[in-house]
Amino acid sequence: MFGYYVELALRSLRRSRALTALMIVAVALGIGASMTTLTVWHVLSGDPLPGRSGKVFMPRLDPRDKEGYDPTEELPTQVTWIDGMNLLHAHRAHRQALMVAGAAPVQSDDLGVDPFIVPARYTTTDFFPMFDVPFRYGQGWSVADDEARARVAVIGADLNDRLFYGENSVGRTLHVDGVDLRIVGVLRPWRAVPHFYDLNTGNYSVGEEVFVPLGTARTAKLKRNGGIECWGPGSADEDGMETATCVWLQFWVQLDDAASVASYRAFLDGYAREQVTLGRFERPARIDLPNVMQYLDEQRVVPGDVRLQVWLAFGFFVVCLVNTVGLMLAKFMRRAGEVGVRRALGASRRSVFAQLLTEAAMIGVAGGLAGLCVALAGLALVRLQPGATAQLAHLDFAMLGTTFVVSVVATLVAGLIPAWRTCRIAPALQLKS
Amino acid sequence: MQIKPILAALRRHKAGTILIALQIALTLAIVCNALFIVHERVERVSRTTGMNESNVVAVQNLYVGSPASYLPLMKTDIQAIRSMPGVEDAYVTNAFPLRRGGWSTTAQKDPDATKDGVQSALYFGDEHALATLGVKLIAGRNFTASEITSFERDQRPAPPQVIVTKAFADKLFPGGNALGKAVYYIKGRPSTIIGIVEKLTVPWIDADFIDNVTIMPFLFNSSYQHFLVRTKPGQQDSVYRNIANTLYGVNRMRVFPEKSGIRTFEMVRSNAYEADRGMATLMSIVCAVLLAITAAGIVGLSSFWVGQRRKQIGVRRALGARKIDILSYFMTENFLIALAGVVVGVVLALGMNQWMLTQFEMQRLSVSYVFVGVVMLLGLGQAAVFAPALRASRVSPVEATRSV
Repeated sequence: MFGYYVELALRSLRRSRALTALMIVAVALGIGASMTTLTVWHVLSGDPLPGRSGKVFMPRLDPRDKEGYDPTEELPTQVTWIDGMNLLHAHRAHRQALMVAGAAPVQSDDLGVDPFIVPARYTTTDFFPMFDVPFRYGQGWSVADDEARARVAVIGADLNDRLFYGENSVGRTLHVDGVDLRIVGVLRPWRAVPHFYDLNTGNYSVGEEVFVPLGTARTAKLKRNGGIECWGPGSADEDGMETATCVWLQFWVQLDDAASVASYRAFLDGYAREQVTLGRFERPARIDLPNVMQYLDEQRVVPGDVRLQVWLAFGFFVVCLVNTVGLMLAKFMRRAGEVGVRRALGASRRSVFAQLLTEAAMIGVAGGLAGLCVALAGLALVRLQPGATAQLAHLDFAMLGTTFVVSVVATLVAGLIPAWRTCRIAPALQLKS
Repeated sequence: MQIKPILAALRRHKAGTILIALQIALTLAIVCNALFIVHERVERVSRTTGMNESNVVAVQNLYVGSPASYLPLMKTDIQAIRSMPGVEDAYVTNAFPLRRGGWSTTAQKDPDATKDGVQSALYFGDEHALATLGVKLIAGRNFTASEITSFERDQRPAPPQVIVTKAFADKLFPGGNALGKAVYYIKGRPSTIIGIVEKLTVPWIDADFIDNVTIMPFLFNSSYQHFLVRTKPGQQDSVYRNIANTLYGVNRMRVFPEKSGIRTFEMVRSNAYEADRGMATLMSIVCAVLLAITAAGIVGLSSFWVGQRRKQIGVRRALGARKIDILSYFMTENFLIALAGVVVGVVLALGMNQWMLTQFEMQRLSVSYVFVGVVMLLGLGQAAVFAPALRASRVSPVEATRSV
């Protein structure tokens, strides 16, 4: 029976080509626009650490002075050098890393190549296992390297391609800002989206290409950047950052289960109270320990324009669907005579209904296919845009499947009213004329 | 025109009527708001900076290595740029309009106040800054060469003299007599306003203190510098092409970031407003497609109605109705449906805007946009129904005698 319905539907669709094309185009544009914006939103609001973002936390303290104290104000998202080092050396979490952003002017051995700047990260060894950073060659540096401020570096895949043509460069030398570093590891392409561990350098900034032990970077005076918030005497010169009353480092910890989260929270609270007692912290002890997704929600990283576009696209889709309902109604009602004959020949209301819905579903399938093309074209257009986020817009399988399901379901729903109205036509009236 | 028979006929096509009206309502709501967003973005993009933006080249420069001081490097570089052919003037700074990065601080009128200051962006520059920017000094004087000092990282920005924008001066001193007055960027350390410029905007495009700028007579001792260069008319392209080689000729130990290293000011402006332009374009396309789909929907459904009523039309024609009567019947019918649609649409548009006010940074929808939207959709409806209505008017009276 289904085959027969499909044949009938095809014949009917072919009879009024303009109307059919219009319906398919409307569904396709609506679906295409929605899926394009939804994909961008999906990518930008995604989980940067799938499977482990619930185990990675950002300890937050309030080391600021009394001036302008407001107990409802958000806590700083960064720490001072002193607090960072204290918490790092306390080793109370399964893993912990202290870090800051940098800009690394890289010089090639090839003198024909002008120096160029790549984003860098000065951090401690747990950064790599805690954030599940994939290595292609070698590995991260050791705890001893951190302590000894060893002149070592891990480089990103792009930089390895650029300097060493993708070969295994472990053991070779990297010249950064006049400093020679021994390469101990080369990463596979890796980028956290959003760039959760340091939003100061941009919510979606591209991945770093040079990783250097934090201590090494400080001793070698590598160029630091990123956000900095000061109070009281504030920042001294770059050499005095270690004692400055400024927060400028990011600190992250990994806590594998609820018990360790609770005990770390207690430890952090105790630390803050101790600092208040010591007089280092002037404000009442306040702490926070959000995990990655809680932190990203709080910071509202997804750009407003992207959310606006999603809503707009859905509004657009609704109009397209209403349009399709109207056109389908016209199309089905025009066949009142044919339906009357079928009903008079013994077809039940239900089978007429099923036949008409088959036709609606076929428009949905065609609309879904065309909508997929629209979405792919839309995403290609998005990727043409400049900006750090544009490159991320790709359709994944989940979105691909969603496109189809939404398209078919939406057109089926759109076909319900027209089909219901048409199958209720009294056959006698139609046959009379 | 007889409205009553039209309404009576519409009652027999409830579903179709409601669908068209609903579609018009939704389209109106979306189009009004989308066009309003376009308007907002276009307004943002067309804001002026107070600079004379033509014939300006901006260079972002990072010195490689850690010399004792960057000042000698900076001075040699700026001399080299100023003596380039085609260059009129140049200076070295930390930030400039549309750079989208820089410093700001709060300034006070009283030496000890800490609250309720006026926010201002800080631009560092020497006596060449005003001429290079092309801003208009409306009161006071420019810096002199002897007033320019070096600014170290551990210092706090409180020079003895500053030049400020009129907007900033007026906010601090509403009386309008700011020249010669002291301003406190740092508690207890006065800076005298020696000059006031007409207009200059902050580096950020989203700041709510967009016109509040202070120029300080500083050379910032740092590895990271911006050179702003004013070229002679018509020389911008040659300076833009040659400036990297000139600077490399002075000293190779430097990096120009790939995308933002060397830019004409047109590029600076276009980079700054990339997202806004993209949004405006997208919204315009969405509006156009939406209107097209709605028009196509009206054509489709009207054609169906005309086809369905051929016999009735024939009867009316046979009973003496003229072509124009049939035409105006369908036009009026569409107008009535569209009218119902826009009434609902206006409510929807305002509701949607109200919701967006709470969710996104947006202004209240202006009534003129709703009005334009209403006129647009009523016009669109009439235009869309015209072809089917014309076809209806051509139905021959003979149809009345035929049975389908």
